[in-house]
Amino acid sequence: MSSIEALTEKPAPRKKAITSISGSAAVLEAFLAEGVDTIFGYPGGAIMPIYDALYDYQERLKHILVRHEQGGIHAAQGYARSSGTTGVVFATSGPGATNLVTGLADAMIDSTPLVCITGQVFAHLLGTDAFQETDVINITTPVTKWNYQVTDATEIPSVLAKAFYIAKSGRPGPVLIDITKNAQLQKFDYEGYTPCEHIRSYRPKPIVRKEYIKEAAALINQAKKPFVLFGQGVILGKAEKEFQAFIEKSGIPAAWTILGLSALPTDHPLNVGMLGMHGNYGPNVLTNECDVLIAVGMRFDDRVTGRLDKYAKQATIIHLDIDPAEIDKNVKATVGVWGDCKETLPLLTEYVEQKTHSEWLQKFKDYQAEEDKTVIHDELHPTTDQMTMGEVIDSLNELTGGNAIIVTDVGQHQMVACRYARFNNTRSNITSGGLGTMGFGLPAAIGAKFGAPERTVVAIIGDGGFQMTLQELGTIMQAEVNVKIIILNNRFLGMVRQWQQLFHDKRYSFVDIASPDFVMLAKSYGIAGSSIEDRKDLKSTLKKMLEHNGSYLLEVIVGKENNVFPMVPQGCSVSEIRLK
Amino acid sequence: MSANKQEFTITVYTENQIGLLNRIAIMFSRRKINIESLNTSPSEVEGIHRFTIVINETEDVVRKLSRQIEKQVEILKVYYNTNEEIIWQELALYKVPTDEIAEKVKVERLLREYGARAVVIRKDYTVFETTGQREETDRLVQVLEPFGLIEFVRSARVAIIKGSNSFHEKLKEFEETEPSEEVIENEFLDKQDEVFSM
Repeated sequence: MSSIEALTEKPAPRKKAITSISGSAAVLEAFLAEGVDTIFGYPGGAIMPIYDALYDYQERLKHILVRHEQGGIHAAQGYARSSGTTGVVFATSGPGATNLVTGLADAMIDSTPLVCITGQVFAHLLGTDAFQETDVINITTPVTKWNYQVTDATEIPSVLAKAFYIAKSGRPGPVLIDITKNAQLQKFDYEGYTPCEHIRSYRPKPIVRKEYIKEAAALINQAKKPFVLFGQGVILGKAEKEFQAFIEKSGIPAAWTILGLSALPTDHPLNVGMLGMHGNYGPNVLTNECDVLIAVGMRFDDRVTGRLDKYAKQATIIHLDIDPAEIDKNVKATVGVWGDCKETLPLLTEYVEQKTHSEWLQKFKDYQAEEDKTVIHDELHPTTDQMTMGEVIDSLNELTGGNAIIVTDVGQHQMVACRYARFNNTRSNITSGGLGTMGFGLPAAIGAKFGAPERTVVAIIGDGGFQMTLQELGTIMQAEVNVKIIILNNRFLGMVRQWQQLFHDKRYSFVDIASPDFVMLAKSYGIAGSSIEDRKDLKSTLKKMLEHNGSYLLEVIVGKENNVFPMVPQGCSVSEIRLK
Repeated sequence: MSANKQEFTITVYTENQIGLLNRIAIMFSRRKINIESLNTSPSEVEGIHRFTIVINETEDVVRKLSRQIEKQVEILKVYYNTNEEIIWQELALYKVPTDEIAEKVKVERLLREYGARAVVIRKDYTVFETTGQREETDRLVQVLEPFGLIEFVRSARVAIIKGSNSFHEKLKEFEETEPSEEVIENEFLDKQDEVFSM
């Protein structure tokens, strides 16, 4: 026996009662052991044995029948994001599996923990172009944190244990397990489920090295104009309190990426707003004036940084991230702190001096005042006949008090919602950030409601994105999901139109989109709704929507050619942000 | 750190898992980087595979790539090295008509000069083998071409890292569920500029 064999030999597990169960039942047992309560899925030929087994687990596992697998995976993403647990999806082989790809890519880039189970043809048919066979493993490799094909049922308990462990640990992400039909049917001696706690080729997080914390703290303590940028890492690390303690002690103004939004209450005195292309004026301009930039759980996406060679060149950069591949990827860090921010932030807080940076903070306020005057006032209190997206969000804030979960789709309405929605609680902003998936909003809102049933969920969607996944109204109808849907209808693919106006000489190429009668459409699904165009109806209808018992669709006709400002044009530096 | 492109050899220690080759290969194709050479083989540790990949890139890109590869679940460790930091060899086979060789060149001289070895000698053809670096194996191609080289093939590069320790020790660390304090976890941060791996 070689030394390595001796090393890997594990102590014999405790004897457990052995029963014979099918591979399908083993999948469901794994779900129960992992605390799964809701599955989003769609049946089909190659996953029928699992659905057959599910018939006996209906009391313990809620299954939501979606209308399209893409809807299923976006719902699971919404679920994962609102609940802080792992979302679970079932789909069949072939088209069922390929329909998951957009959601996988979205979950991969936005670090959302998912376990997706796809059925696959019998193992002896693999590679024969069998009915509904597709090479799911190779198709999904670039968009999964891990994927694996099971052809033998005895592997199922350990593979699923690995799947859940990988999905939720470290930097979370989607995992796909493809199970051939024979493995689903195969009976085997089941020895129970043992959760996975360690994989030798995978280190989700390192031991935090204090010397880097101390180095970072020393830089922060000397800083005159320090600036914190935070992303979803704070939420994923469940480190909101630790983060708040850090900025409060160090007195540093903090700005968020759209995935970091809601980790810090909107009205926190150190919350200076949104970063990036449509972010706030101060945070963008002052990125190029600060002396120490502290990035926490964010990855310097190009929509946040603008032109990289003119990004914060004057500043010393401290980057806290759990994923070592992110440190130095886009912006070179002076000090990289590799670790879980739940652990690194309290250490950093310990070493930083108690300070206030009132003069520096005032600069943000000055820029804010200018933005208020030039942009925000007109957006929230317009004098035009037509309504603006901003005033809808503003009225919604008043009625929800900032306590609702806001789910957005992608486009102008998304930027407006992120800019103006107010949040008191974390895990309240659910949006497709990295991938920018139109059609994400409606199904994600369904999932978000299942993930946080006690909370009000409002989906804010454009007329374009809504039409990409509107089939999920059927899911809302059948599963009686209480989500409030606001369609901000400008009768255009607004964001593309805005770019065409500003950068393509107003050549409006295929952005003029017609819509069905949304209220009548909702009605056919048994969903109450109304459509408004007049400002005087806004508050009362929003109120009616929120008070309505059950789901509700509200269409608000807004100005056709409104633009989202400020804006950092592509290829420009963040400090070249335009107010109009 | 040099901003110029140069040859780097990336050594990847992995679990023996189907599909890993694809997972590694797409990291390069995604960035539109051509793989000059790729070899997979067992390593010094039983059950652990070793990929040797050669690309022409800047160190900055190679470092980022290495980190992204090492991040994949079934990858244990990634090293990258310049040619100066490794001992490397490639194997080449040449098939030539025996007549030509026997008549026009002195086989003996050839074998000695290029360190070639005749693997097969038949009436109709002879197969030579050389082991060496790219320029060496290429030179013999040039020499043999006028004599009717029928077939030529060269293997991928295999490389040994000059400054490496046995992977056994590293693996022991990885196997620990709770890594001890001695496990150097942030080693890549220590040597940001001359990093050898993440």
